[in-house]
Amino acid sequence: MVGNVNVEAEMKEQKKRRRLKVAHPERCIGCLGCMFACSRTRTGTVSLQNSAIKVQTQGGIEGDFRVVACRGCDDAPCARACPVGALEQRPDGAVVFHKDLCTGCGSCEKACLVGAITMGKDAKPIKCIHCGACVAFCPHDVLRLEEVSA
Amino acid sequence: MLRKVLYIDLSSRESWIEERQDLFEDWMGGTGVGIKLLQEECPAGTDPLSPQAPIILSIGPLNGFFPVATKTVATFKSPLTGELGESYAGGRLSLALRFAGHEAVVIRGRAERPAYISINDADVNVKDATSIWGIDAQTTGVILREHETGVGRRSIIRIGPAGEKLVRFAGVVVDTYRHFGRLGLGAVFGSKMLKALVVSGTEHADVPDARRYREVYSRLYSTIVKTDVMEKYHDIGTSVNINVLNWLKGLPTKNFILSSFSEGEKISGEMFADNYLFRRLSCAGCPIGCVHIAALKSAFSTHHEFELRKVSYDYEPIYSLGSNLGVSTAEGILRLIDVCERMGMDVMSAGVVLSWATEAMERGLITTKETMDIPFQWNNVEGYSRALESIVKPPNEFYSALAMGVDYAAKKYGGREFAMALGKNEVSGYHTGPASIVGQLVGVRHSHLDNAGYSIDQKAAKRSMDPEMMVDEIIKEDNSRGVFNSLVGCLFARGVYTEENIIDALGAVGITKTKDDLQSLGRRIFEEKYKFKIQEGFDLSHAHIPKRFYETVSTLGIVAPETIEEMLRQYKKKRGWGPG
Ligand code: SF4
Ligand code: SF4
Ligand code: SF4
Repeated sequence: MVGNVNVEAEMKEQKKRRRLKVAHPERCIGCLGCMFACSRTRTGTVSLQNSAIKVQTQGGIEGDFRVVACRGCDDAPCARACPVGALEQRPDGAVVFHKDLCTGCGSCEKACLVGAITMGKDAKPIKCIHCGACVAFCPHDVLRLEEVSA
Repeated sequence: MLRKVLYIDLSSRESWIEERQDLFEDWMGGTGVGIKLLQEECPAGTDPLSPQAPIILSIGPLNGFFPVATKTVATFKSPLTGELGESYAGGRLSLALRFAGHEAVVIRGRAERPAYISINDADVNVKDATSIWGIDAQTTGVILREHETGVGRRSIIRIGPAGEKLVRFAGVVVDTYRHFGRLGLGAVFGSKMLKALVVSGTEHADVPDARRYREVYSRLYSTIVKTDVMEKYHDIGTSVNINVLNWLKGLPTKNFILSSFSEGEKISGEMFADNYLFRRLSCAGCPIGCVHIAALKSAFSTHHEFELRKVSYDYEPIYSLGSNLGVSTAEGILRLIDVCERMGMDVMSAGVVLSWATEAMERGLITTKETMDIPFQWNNVEGYSRALESIVKPPNEFYSALAMGVDYAAKKYGGREFAMALGKNEVSGYHTGPASIVGQLVGVRHSHLDNAGYSIDQKAAKRSMDPEMMVDEIIKEDNSRGVFNSLVGCLFARGVYTEENIIDALGAVGITKTKDDLQSLGRRIFEEKYKFKIQEGFDLSHAHIPKRFYETVSTLGIVAPETIEEMLRQYKKKRGWGPG
């Protein structure tokens, strides 16, 4: 039931491409542990805005939670939409972000129907890197990190 | 780190922010800062329902930064007891305040007409709430959600009709399933014509050393998810205690006439979990997920037409609206909880008021003339439900008296010896022994959570303790909880926040404290609260203890008045208040 906090460390070791998966959204208890883990790990801040994963409420907490996370598309629309190549899809499928190239136009945000990309306060996209930190801090088995077969 | 107080004056509709670095340095945050602001804002003898009476909301240095630091404390003058009012709520409020950048909010004055306050970061607006005045607390949330920004990161706190009508034990509903339940904050909102407060923020918080912060976070997080609190509060939840206390003869039943309920099995936590539980929720930033939500499906016609209500439950409402009223069905209890939720009143006080009235009717102190033909009878869910709505209206003198709390009603109609309040606050669900009684009597807000006397009694059931040992434990908890409530953490996980861990966590956000600092803070906070209590007329030496406590067998057997006297003598001596 409880996430393995060491996933964070393990992730650094592995090489094969891994992908975050919202495996059981209906199990979400709305703790926001994943969001804090994401901003804490990626940006060293305490923030909801800086998180690449978003847990949204629909009709307050009486309603169901919607867990919005990057799907790690094989043919990634966000990368295709980027006019300057700041979001680049590598041959192994991973989408990498080159901050220095980004003009902050927001095309990527629009291209992703899931809503996985939001623009940060610095007008740059907040994009999931599939590191798995959020998985380690989900207490309710909602999230999973899966290996992507090449 | 942001250490600011937001002041809002409802009369002038003005707001401003003051940096109060010293205040936070000396008093940490949460309840420490809350009591100091109350002393500043609330002169002796202030009418708690006047515009001069303040509402203070405060969070502490760990809120948002660490797991289970999820609470906000409300500090005010209680219209129920006439002295210190203090209540804690979870949900998303502490997080919203953190990200809006306000560690404390002081609300003064009275709005000209019904109003709600909207806080978006530093932007504060007092808005018209006339069209939603009179609407139940749940629907108010639904409506305000439509009008305010910040989906998923905001907090909406609001009152129901009970608060508007100044029921002295009206609460404030926080994000639907959590509450500032106790001591009448809802009535204070109502007296200010304040229907709701919506908070959302977009700030983020930095830490001095991200690596150290992550290290401490991960360590505390894994301790929390590994301790038994996780299992205890997550699985069946607090209501697991219904069976336990029933078996231990500590479950108040039918207004404390009994301490075990023959039909307890039918309202046990296990029964709720197996048949009604459909989901669990967490306060933002807590992995435990203790909030248990039941689905109550009831037919309203014979043609398979149903109403579906989602009702949160816990140990306390199952005691107060269940065993304490002889209600022997989970469904009946859920229905009564739902009425309290919609009206916006404290379930514990409501249950105790009804249980006193039921016994008063049995004894002929009141009749159907006063109750306007509602039969106050054990297990009469329909009657109780109508009675609760009448308390809010109220249609006559009797219901007006009930709306003032049990101590007031019993002074008027008799039966004070079975009006189950200590320090004028209706008691919680434990007849475990002397530590529970003394704990609630001496506690700063007369709550079982001030020092957990009920848990000291349960310890004593395993390994005998003399009165002095019990008093020592009560004092230790009184003080250490003052510190924890300054942070402001959820008491369910207090075991994880040892002094060492608190010092580490504070260090990670840039605050240096020693064990001595923490211990002296705990003592100072307690003393400041008592200063306020005494100023407002609380007198421990003359505090009333209903005789019923001595008549009904408890977990530790019959409690002798002499034991309580001895413990109070010890307590005063150790606090330096008397010769002993
Ligand atoms: S951000 Fe959206 S479009 Fe891009 S890879 Fe993720 S899910 Fe696909
Ligand atoms: S996988 Fe990593 S980057 Fe993606 S949402 Fe989770 S923590 Fe954030
Ligand atoms: S950590 Fe898991 S349970 Fe908590 S909000 Fe995220 S997805 Fe939901």
